[in-house]
Amino acid sequence: MDWIDTLLIPAIKAIVVTFGLLLGFAYMTLAERKICARFQLRYGPNQAGPFGIFQPIADALKAIFKEEVVPEHVDKWLYVLCPVLAMVPAILAFAVIPVGRPFVLAGRTITLQLADINVGLLYPMAVAGLGAYGIVLGGWSSNNNYSLLGALRTTAQIISYELPMALSLVALVIVTGTLRMSGIVEYQAALPLIVLQPIGFLIYFICGLAETNRSPFDFPETENELISGYNTEYGGIKFALFFMAEYINMIVVSALVATLFLGGWQGPILPGWLWFFIKTAVMLFVFVWVRASLPRARYDKLMHFCWKFLTPLAVVNLLVTAAVVLILRG
Amino acid sequence: MSIVNAVKGFYQILKAMAVTLKYFFTKPLTVQYPKEKIRLYPRFRGRHELQRRPDGLELCVGCGLCAAICPARAIYVEAAENTDEARYSATERYAGLYEINYTRCIFCGFCEEACPTGALKLGNEFALARASRGDLVMGKETLLQPATPHAIILED
Repeated sequence: MDWIDTLLIPAIKAIVVTFGLLLGFAYMTLAERKICARFQLRYGPNQAGPFGIFQPIADALKAIFKEEVVPEHVDKWLYVLCPVLAMVPAILAFAVIPVGRPFVLAGRTITLQLADINVGLLYPMAVAGLGAYGIVLGGWSSNNNYSLLGALRTTAQIISYELPMALSLVALVIVTGTLRMSGIVEYQAALPLIVLQPIGFLIYFICGLAETNRSPFDFPETENELISGYNTEYGGIKFALFFMAEYINMIVVSALVATLFLGGWQGPILPGWLWFFIKTAVMLFVFVWVRASLPRARYDKLMHFCWKFLTPLAVVNLLVTAAVVLILRG
Repeated sequence: MSIVNAVKGFYQILKAMAVTLKYFFTKPLTVQYPKEKIRLYPRFRGRHELQRRPDGLELCVGCGLCAAICPARAIYVEAAENTDEARYSATERYAGLYEINYTRCIFCGFCEEACPTGALKLGNEFALARASRGDLVMGKETLLQPATPHAIILED
């Protein structure tokens, strides 16, 4: 362990992950608009360059050069801080996800993963929970009824949905016997965990939709009743940061589903990172597909669904998994 | 919430998502308008076109029946007498002033039906946006021009 191992390689990885995610965010907005448009028999943005590939750049420039408006009635410190508070944990959560097969370069084994910590599975959950602060405080500091209601809904939603999500992951850990991300991926060399944990996969995916505030669970930002909820008072680049947080969260959840349930970078013929990319892209497509297909549920139904159906189902899944594993291992 | 209901609901959601996926693979309906031509049926009612006889004289005789029937009061006609030196139409009178106000016109086609000489036809021109309201009051010079709409005229 010299300085190259401890400093240089992680720094390079961190830069690549951060810029990769920002680029991913930019093109995810374009992809979402394009895919959504195709579901509605439209073309979507196609004027800025071939297939509209310069649209994200145009959007970014627009957001950056917008006038910075800070309303007088807001809590200024928190108001300015919250977009960052929402975005940073979203990027941090990606740190533990292995994106490809480790390779050897100049005598050093380089893992395509920023940090292979032994509680890898807990880390993204904890960090994603921190991201909720950005939204909650953002809504509160806006000092506006709609924003506050949006923020309160987010709190309730994230607290509720973290429970079944965690329970579905506990069942997964019982099967794999490790919390380490690389260990979980190695376990899936022969068989992706979606085969062993189909219910767990479904629960995790539904909770993922709720955690990232995506349709049909996009209550923090309902346009029709909360005029866009917690980000009502935000504009320009500050709004763009919230937007960024939402999309990066989406990418992280898709990457986690790909890693935990679809076998991560394991796959035949193609190189590992490509398999990981394909699996993540498929999950992102499903996110957009769900948005294009399902209407928003009612808020009380959302809570009802979580506490009276999803949580018990997750508990049953956990108990059955534990029992089966116990019997098989004797 | 019973298990049966949940399974049924899950099935319904899958069915709904299959429907949307079908549309994902359908060609979009959007026409890339200035690049592509819009497809119009020949009876589409656009801007009026005043017709001429084969020898070049105007068919309009300035009777004002179109103005009388117009439910939006968009048409203004002032008749004038033809003389041997200045002859515009084959009959005694012609439309000295003929204006249609396109901020008012509702393209109902009553004027076309009322016209006794068949001088007024609603053409296929649909690009009627102008920079000022004054430009939307079109006089005889404009209305006598046959329009060339940026469109493919389909079979009736």
